[in-house]
Amino acid sequence: MTSTRLPFPGLRDVPASEAPQSRKDYTSDQEVRWCPGCGDYAVLAAVQGFLPELGLKRENIVFISGIGCSSRFPYYLDTFGMHSIHGRAPAIATGLATSRPDLSVWVVTGDGDALSIGGNHLIHALRRNVNMTILLFNNRIYGLTKGQYSPTSESGKITKSSPKGSPDSPLNPVSLALGAEASFVARTIDSDRQHLTSVLSAATAHRGTSLVEIYQNCPIFNDGAFDAVKNPETKADAVIPLVHGEPIRFGPKGEDGLGIRGIVRDPLSGSLRVVDVADVGADRILVHDAHAADPTTAFALSRLTGSGHLTQAPIGIFRSVERQTYDDVAREQVRSASEGITDRSTALDNLLHSGDTWTVV
Amino acid sequence: MPEAQATLATPNSTEPHRDTIHQLDRVVIRFAGDSGDGMQLTGSRFTQESAAFGNDLSTLPNFPAEIRAPQGTLPGVSSFQVHFADHNVLTPGDAPGVLVAMNPAALKANLADLAAGATIIVDTHDFTSRALKRIGYEENPLEDGTLDAYSVHAFDLTGLTVEAVKDFGLTRKDAARAKNMFALGLLSWMYSRPVESTLTFLERRFASSPQIRDANIAALKTGWNFGETTEAFAVKFEVKPAPMAPGTYRNITGNTALAYGLIAGSTQSGLPLFLGSYPITPASDILHELSKHKQFGVTTFQAEDEIAGVGAALGASFGGALGVTTTSGPGIALKAETIGLAVMLELPMVVVNVQRGGPSTGLPTKTEQADLLQAMFGRNGESPLPIIAPQSPADCFDAAVEAARIAVTYRTPVMLLSDGMLANGSEPWRIPELADLPRIDPDFATSPNHVNADGGPEFWPYLRDEQTLARPWALPGTAGLEHRIGGLEKADGHGNISYDPANHDHMVRIRQAKVERVAESLPPLQVDDPHGDAKLLVLGWGSTYGPIGAAVREVRDQGYAVAQAHLRHLNPFPKDLGTLLKRYEKVLVPEMNLGQLSLLLRAKYLVDVAGYNQVRGLPLRASELADAILQLVEPAGSGQNLTKESIG
Repeated sequence: MTSTRLPFPGLRDVPASEAPQSRKDYTSDQEVRWCPGCGDYAVLAAVQGFLPELGLKRENIVFISGIGCSSRFPYYLDTFGMHSIHGRAPAIATGLATSRPDLSVWVVTGDGDALSIGGNHLIHALRRNVNMTILLFNNRIYGLTKGQYSPTSESGKITKSSPKGSPDSPLNPVSLALGAEASFVARTIDSDRQHLTSVLSAATAHRGTSLVEIYQNCPIFNDGAFDAVKNPETKADAVIPLVHGEPIRFGPKGEDGLGIRGIVRDPLSGSLRVVDVADVGADRILVHDAHAADPTTAFALSRLTGSGHLTQAPIGIFRSVERQTYDDVAREQVRSASEGITDRSTALDNLLHSGDTWTVV
Repeated sequence: MPEAQATLATPNSTEPHRDTIHQLDRVVIRFAGDSGDGMQLTGSRFTQESAAFGNDLSTLPNFPAEIRAPQGTLPGVSSFQVHFADHNVLTPGDAPGVLVAMNPAALKANLADLAAGATIIVDTHDFTSRALKRIGYEENPLEDGTLDAYSVHAFDLTGLTVEAVKDFGLTRKDAARAKNMFALGLLSWMYSRPVESTLTFLERRFASSPQIRDANIAALKTGWNFGETTEAFAVKFEVKPAPMAPGTYRNITGNTALAYGLIAGSTQSGLPLFLGSYPITPASDILHELSKHKQFGVTTFQAEDEIAGVGAALGASFGGALGVTTTSGPGIALKAETIGLAVMLELPMVVVNVQRGGPSTGLPTKTEQADLLQAMFGRNGESPLPIIAPQSPADCFDAAVEAARIAVTYRTPVMLLSDGMLANGSEPWRIPELADLPRIDPDFATSPNHVNADGGPEFWPYLRDEQTLARPWALPGTAGLEHRIGGLEKADGHGNISYDPANHDHMVRIRQAKVERVAESLPPLQVDDPHGDAKLLVLGWGSTYGPIGAAVREVRDQGYAVAQAHLRHLNPFPKDLGTLLKRYEKVLVPEMNLGQLSLLLRAKYLVDVAGYNQVRGLPLRASELADAILQLVEPAGSGQNLTKESIG
């Protein structure tokens, strides 16, 4: 992708860079301090590689994070950035994005930050559809506090705070986002640079809140949590690829070059299930429609993600629909109210003198 | 004329004369009824009429937290008190000389507050034995001698209203609802108030429902005529206009003045105003007011919770807006972590706390000033921020402008402590000339401020202005100034994360020093010590200004010397405060808390101030405070008997 594809709707008001950029332009002078082997490195590299392709003015990009391992992200990018407090990044980004349409606003958060302490801000940001991109690094564990179960950890998980197994039930971030009326929801994997970059591209192009769940490996406290979808030997069976306009097929390739398994809708229950394509015929396989106005099918697809130890997950863009954005409406209200006001001081003087006044001489 | 010599508005029924107009210098009226009876509207219209007539005045609305508590019960009573005079008024008045009671509960709930011999105008319509029993009256108080000490006018006000509007085709219930306008008409007649503005108001308010409009107008006029033609009301009263400084005036509540002040802070700084707020009593009216004024570039964001409100405000500040959040004490508790982040980021933000009774949910609709220590210390770590407080409803305007000035100039969150009494109370406001307001310079960083080891330009976000100690405010979108800030401790100057012990010690001290630098920009304290011979200083802050002023006036009228000073700035204190405290033998600090300012003064200046403390959810009573002051100024054994009811 090159800057000639600008402007994306999501970046309509963000100025483009005049000079070509490179990865180096986006690399800050700070030493990266994640653990060796952390999935965050791969995401950072992908973002630092992607931003020059976007070709925006670097000073018009802002990364805002909360608290957690992934939230150190802004320090490593040479853009404007704020490492804020636990769970609150979507709220802070909402204020910034609403008041500054000329900025490309990104939120970097994790499963604990976004779904536990910051769950309220996340769902309301999605509901409002403020123009920003949220990268949710899901490693299904608390890393920075050294290994407690998180809101996406599987039930029964043994951790430092759950020696007899976690009694909690996990959240599915994609299901949650769809339930919160999100207009763009995608899932990708830290180690799949190409897929990650394509999702980032679609997410930034989208006008509104884009939620990108990134499966991210924590080699210290939850190593291997996503092996099923990463391991070359298992991923064909575990990854259910979602590509708009394509039949949803996975598994080893069959005679037609596509996966031998597919997703069909059960005509009685309306829910989705996995079938062998040979049993039902290729034309029965569900064709993915990310732009469907009704989120029902996207939600049903999200439920194909296992809630226990991960064995299978749809990967790709679940939903991408055009919907009113909070910040555009809020700014339009201010703009239209300001029409005809050339001098705010005079207008203020008139406001102060409004209502019933009297004069003492 | 001093308020202490004022006469009460007690009609003298032994001298009936149709044309008699008694001159009074001041009157305190309380309108009371069920929370659905429209008492707030009645009171505010009467206030507007009095303001337009030229009286000085002060008001005190008092309403239950419940929107509609069960009808006819004591908890459901809503009232509105207005004090108007031909001279400078400082408080809504301790003890009403006139009570308008629209039902038995309103009579019972307010009787104890009345001045001796007060006039009671009471609607007898609901004085049924059942309604009386419900609120604990075994006998009818109108008949059993309970009210013998008062001048009582009891009549079926509801019945008269229904009769007066019967031609407008309203249901009986709707017809009865116009009774507040009947009461307003009657009181307007009694106190010679002009009703033209109320007629205009009714025409506008009910323009879309002509029946209701006409019924209300008819009720208002019938009430007026009832006073004029009924023998019961032999005398009418007049309170001459008060001498006031030349200028254009309007009546204004604290919350409206505060909203206007925030807009002025925005226009004076050229920064767009961004309000992030979550509805909470008694602060919501600021959100409502600002939502109406988007033409000034005002964005109002109704957040999902208190934390998001302040978070969005801080995000907007990062982007170059004047970020503001408005709330009450419980909301401050929730916002504390984000305010701490703003202290660390050193970004401008105005945090408004319209204080109410606490702790916890406390008394949502009542006033208190018990959040001072929360403002000072209610965050983790050494987390200083400037604190200012308005002293009267109209003063909320200036306080808001001052909060914006300090926040922008010093790159810091500023806490503005209003309270329920200021928020909903009102007074005449001399509308300021905008040219007299301070210009606020955001002084954004526009270019790199440092040279790196290779001789190239770079931007250091924590290099400070030597005079203010403020750090540069570099907005996203400014090329070459890309930088990262955050809640982790930053190294002095370049602003990278630093865990260095000496750096942390330095940064903690410099954040404190920066807040203390605000004192350099403050004018000397104004001390009211007319003859310079007082031994006692009464020092207050916030909404106690009115009661303290009235009490001091009373004490001086009795021949004693007493000095008064009032703090706008609670952190940092004005530089001359320590010297001032030591100049007086005794210092009395009245507060609507258990001694929070006292504690700060003792700690900082080692001065043994005396506290005068009440936490009743209501403004201090000037007469009681005067007693307390007298005990400190009178020579031993020379005590006098005070009449309390005449202090305002």
